[in-house]
Amino acid sequence: MSRGTIYNRDSFLNNIAEKLGRKRRSTGVERPNYEIQPQWDVMADYSTDQLIEVLKQQCTVIHTDVKETDKEGLTDVIESIMKEYGAAKAATWDDTRFSEFGLDSFLLRDDVSVWGSAPEEDDVRITEQADIGITFADYTLAESGTVVLMNGGGKGQSVSLLPTYYIALIPISTIVPRMSQVTSVIHEQVAAGQRVPSCINFISGPSNSADIEMSLVVGVHGPVRATYILIDDR
Amino acid sequence: MPMKIAPEKSFDERVQTGLDDSYMRETVRSAQERLYTNKSKAEEDLGHWEDWRTLSEEIRSHTLENLDYYLEQLSENVVKNGGHVFFAQTPEEANQYVKEVAEKKEAKKIIKSKSMVTEETSMNEALEEIGVEVVESDLGEYILQVDDHDPPSHIVAPALHKNKEQIRETFEHLKGYDKTSKPEELTQFAREQLREEFLDADIGITGCNFAVAESGSVSLVTNEGNARLATTVPDTQISVMGMERIVPTWEELDVMVSMLCRSAVGQKLTSYVTGLTGPREEGDLDGPEEFHLVILDNGRSNILGTAFQSALHCIRCAACINVCPVYRHVGGHSYGSIYPGPIGAVLTPLLEGYEEHKDLPYASSLCAACTDACPVKIPLHEHLIEHRKIIAEEEKKTSLGETYAMKGFGLAASSPGLFQMATKTAPYMLFPLTKDGKIDKGPGMMSGWTDIRSFPAPEKERFRDWFKNRNTKGES
Repeated sequence: MSRGTIYNRDSFLNNIAEKLGRKRRSTGVERPNYEIQPQWDVMADYSTDQLIEVLKQQCTVIHTDVKETDKEGLTDVIESIMKEYGAAKAATWDDTRFSEFGLDSFLLRDDVSVWGSAPEEDDVRITEQADIGITFADYTLAESGTVVLMNGGGKGQSVSLLPTYYIALIPISTIVPRMSQVTSVIHEQVAAGQRVPSCINFISGPSNSADIEMSLVVGVHGPVRATYILIDDR
Repeated sequence: MPMKIAPEKSFDERVQTGLDDSYMRETVRSAQERLYTNKSKAEEDLGHWEDWRTLSEEIRSHTLENLDYYLEQLSENVVKNGGHVFFAQTPEEANQYVKEVAEKKEAKKIIKSKSMVTEETSMNEALEEIGVEVVESDLGEYILQVDDHDPPSHIVAPALHKNKEQIRETFEHLKGYDKTSKPEELTQFAREQLREEFLDADIGITGCNFAVAESGSVSLVTNEGNARLATTVPDTQISVMGMERIVPTWEELDVMVSMLCRSAVGQKLTSYVTGLTGPREEGDLDGPEEFHLVILDNGRSNILGTAFQSALHCIRCAACINVCPVYRHVGGHSYGSIYPGPIGAVLTPLLEGYEEHKDLPYASSLCAACTDACPVKIPLHEHLIEHRKIIAEEEKKTSLGETYAMKGFGLAASSPGLFQMATKTAPYMLFPLTKDGKIDKGPGMMSGWTDIRSFPAPEKERFRDWFKNRNTKGES
């Protein structure tokens, strides 16, 4: 990746330093040792089962359907949801977990398009025409009912966004209490010199808006309905 | 000037328009109540709210004290990932840069997600001047744009002042809409209209809730998914941020986003919180190929190092607006600024000077509900007092309100306009607290009295009106 360009930086930052009444700081600033950090106390001692309960409860708040299954029952559950939504065409990620969770034959179906598998086609357009997008969750936040997607490569960000409906496949092992656990991992990766994925999504249910008379409408620019499938992988 | 709303009217005229708009006042009242209730519940669910506020204040204050350091780190990391960074001192510089990018890309259509800072710079108008079509994609902003660029009246719910029937009529007249005024149908129509716009757009322009210095990332907090679309489909992404909208690391991002979502709408997280880092990487098949970050000063640096520095801690959640008894009755447009409510009354004179905004610090009862509501503990009412002090002592531009308050009733006759406004609004402002004609739980300073005894609610008919009517009747 070639380096980008910075315009007008020195005059801009020198002015800030001057207004702050001191010399410009380019090095040597440490974050404070925050004395109070309540984020780590939230559900700190919860078991996996307790976190699952919190997640399911929150899903009722964010208008998200929840199904529970194991590896063996997964294909059936996906198919029943597609039937319920009246979704014919599906778009999925190119992600090894589909294979690990026994979905090889599902991916081979004619009405399923896998991200990036047809190099001559426009993946964004194909996905836009799909009725339902299916991805795995990389992390899942119990508190807010959130699936975290680290997009990139075979994991196109369009899949969770452009189709009318969305299914998130949630291995139970991905569930953590809240956003803090995930941002802390990202912070450690950055500190270790790794590049952050170009798009990280924290998705909590279907899109919605209350812009008209404060009345909640579920389904705006993103998916209009969403289901989380909790897969017991313990 | 771009930040202004209805500059042809005086403050008093705008207030009168607001007070006369009974639909708007009813909507604002119920919106405030709902948002306030949701926020309170979110605070309770989270627990230890005061600890969260303390931590948030510490994060914001540390970041602003070291703003030059964190902006340098941010810009380094953006360019390392292949993005470009433009530091703009003025709105003109910011618009110029964005126009140049649009021209270089030969852009015909730009899709925008909601951004207050581009309202500040009038970026849409600047782009339209060079023949680029700019489409707003946030539902509220889209409604305002379709309705001949009606200005926003709330920073989170920009079209709060409009009812669904007005929206239906607008869609019908200008977009050929033929369904009912049900919000679901209106929203579905906007989804269909905008989906094609997204797919056609050459450039996506977004705001930025918080940039993350350590990784050169931009975060976007939305419910509709429009910011995701604007950063997924078009080949070029331009994000525009006020220079103070930055956190050191992803760990602080967690805390600030947690506070923003709860304080703005009472959600634990909004439907979409998106962290974007540079343009797409090798092997990615969506996301922008080119990424530009525009960092705007526009008067913010003049607030640094002054008594008002904490005003820059603001995370634009609108919690202060949602509890303000003055906003409740006069509505967003009365402030004459795209930033209304208590934070608007503090910020607007700082960014644009006192000359044309000297009434704003008086658009407050100083009840301090705003300060209590602020998730990052900005002492908003104290800033308003500080403004009044400066206006009264240094600027010698004493507004009628202060004259009245300072010098007492004797002067009321010489400033009838303000006196009338105060007596006119009092019964409305205190109505929500009134029970059986008595006030038992008064706000702010009034609670000093009502903690011990009830306070009689102001009569709907003012004494002066009553006296006048009585005299007239007596004579006839």
